[in-house]
Amino acid sequence: MKKKIIKIIIGYLLLIPFAILFLIPFLWSISTALKPLDQVFLFPPKWIPDPVMWDNFIIGWRSVPFGRFFLNTTIITVLAVLGTVLSSSIVAYGFARLESFDKNILFIILLSTMMLPGQVTMIPIYILFKNLGWLNTFFPLIIPSWFGGGAFNIFLFRQFFLTIPKEFDDAAKVDGAGYFDIFWEIILPLSKPVLITITIFSFIYHWNDFLNPLIYLNKMEKFTIAVGLRYFQNAYQATYINLMMAVSLIALAPVLVIFLLAQRFFIKGIVLSGLKG
Amino acid sequence: MYKKRVIKETIYFHLYISPWLLGFLIFTLWPIIQSLYISLTDWEMQLNKYPKFIGISNYRNLLFNDELFWISLKNTIYYAFGSVPLGLILALILALLLNQKLRGITIFRTIFYLPSVISGVAVALLWVWIFNPNFGIVNVILAKLGLPTPGWFGDPEWAMPALIIMSFWGVGGSMLIFLAGLQGIPTEFYEAAEIDGANLWSKFRHITLPMLSPTILFNLVMGIIGSFQVFTNVYIMTSGGPGTATLVYVLYLFQNAFLYFKMGYASAMAWILFVIILILTLLVIKSSAFWVYYETEVKK
Repeated sequence: MKKKIIKIIIGYLLLIPFAILFLIPFLWSISTALKPLDQVFLFPPKWIPDPVMWDNFIIGWRSVPFGRFFLNTTIITVLAVLGTVLSSSIVAYGFARLESFDKNILFIILLSTMMLPGQVTMIPIYILFKNLGWLNTFFPLIIPSWFGGGAFNIFLFRQFFLTIPKEFDDAAKVDGAGYFDIFWEIILPLSKPVLITITIFSFIYHWNDFLNPLIYLNKMEKFTIAVGLRYFQNAYQATYINLMMAVSLIALAPVLVIFLLAQRFFIKGIVLSGLKG
Repeated sequence: MYKKRVIKETIYFHLYISPWLLGFLIFTLWPIIQSLYISLTDWEMQLNKYPKFIGISNYRNLLFNDELFWISLKNTIYYAFGSVPLGLILALILALLLNQKLRGITIFRTIFYLPSVISGVAVALLWVWIFNPNFGIVNVILAKLGLPTPGWFGDPEWAMPALIIMSFWGVGGSMLIFLAGLQGIPTEFYEAAEIDGANLWSKFRHITLPMLSPTILFNLVMGIIGSFQVFTNVYIMTSGGPGTATLVYVLYLFQNAFLYFKMGYASAMAWILFVIILILTLLVIKSSAFWVYYETEVKK
């Protein structure tokens, strides 16, 4: 019994210092975001701001059109996530449930595309979208997601679909269900963990994406949050660190909220899909 | 009758995978072919409308005439060797700590995992401030401990270490995969070892490590691939500076493509990157025969 208590204490004693180290960046930015400017540049620093400047969030938000950037990012992210989830799941259904002479070779091609670094295709795709007249539109950031939604997501969906017993399909077939009915009414509703996992990862990816908006959007009214933050950095960073931290925290907020709400499901999803493939 | 069903299913299969198949043709295969061709041309998109075929000159110039190419490659290797092995060790330590039965362990899991999902510009900006030489929290703490306070992103010697240290904040992803691996190890192994009187270290050395080695391999390969493509953090935090101290490969590629619009040159860089990543991955996988242990081997 005594040995067990010591073990528990040692466990916490090891965990807590790491937790503090991992939390310091958050605490530091929150603390900075709430300080009046003259307290930002104090040495040694004060952790608790006095007075607490909630206004920093409003001033930072208004200093560049962040409302616009938020709206743009939301539009892009929602449409891209929708495309990713729908198209990758339907493709995965094909690979998991339907037979064809060329299925294996196509699946190997699918897997091997994961090896290819994005930089190789980046330039021709840029030229393609440029020729289509799509620079400074959201299409380059949305359309590719509707074409399969990424090899890795297809792979994850397929792995999960394979664990669903085929008897379910057969029973539905007897009742006269077609392939799409089976996919939509049986397979997808049974795939919630992987569905949530891919939705969230895809959301985070598109919300945080910087390189693509940087390449395709150069008019301010089209900026996403990521590019808008970069713009803000160039304009104000040198002086208004407190505002900088405030707007960074606003930009992170949606991801933080979604992560905290859904983490139970999708940590399970990661563990389930894991590395068994 | 039978044949008709097979044909029908074949058609449906292609219908269902058609989004990916079209995407593969439009956004992967055709761009690959184009990229190969563009890499053999001189194409400064701002100046001339059409690429001019120049054979392998871009590759030759990169390898033999471009000092910045080699600097960027060297910086990337420095970053990869600094961030990947230490990051994996940290991820493993955290996973081991999380693999205890303690109250509130999920809170710790969230704390360690969270930073890895919130990458991007906002996080990069946050770390610029953390490493601020005069008022950043890192130097405040170092000063308090009586240690030297480097200039970090202002100092060519310390800019890269700062980027590497920052990367450790994002080890949560590998940590979670390690944790999944740890939870897959049957507890009977440890119980049997305890009966034989094994101590903590020998249990770790002879059960945990071998059982975890496929996971280590996976994280290692993903880590190498990821670290060779590092871009956003560097772009936001240092823009490659001071001087060329943090000019990493993809940043230099990006500059060639979208700053100087040298599309041929940048495409050649992309292919060299592909070859480097491919060789490194194959080397790691080849070497894994000596250190990765697969469960099926015992069962035979």
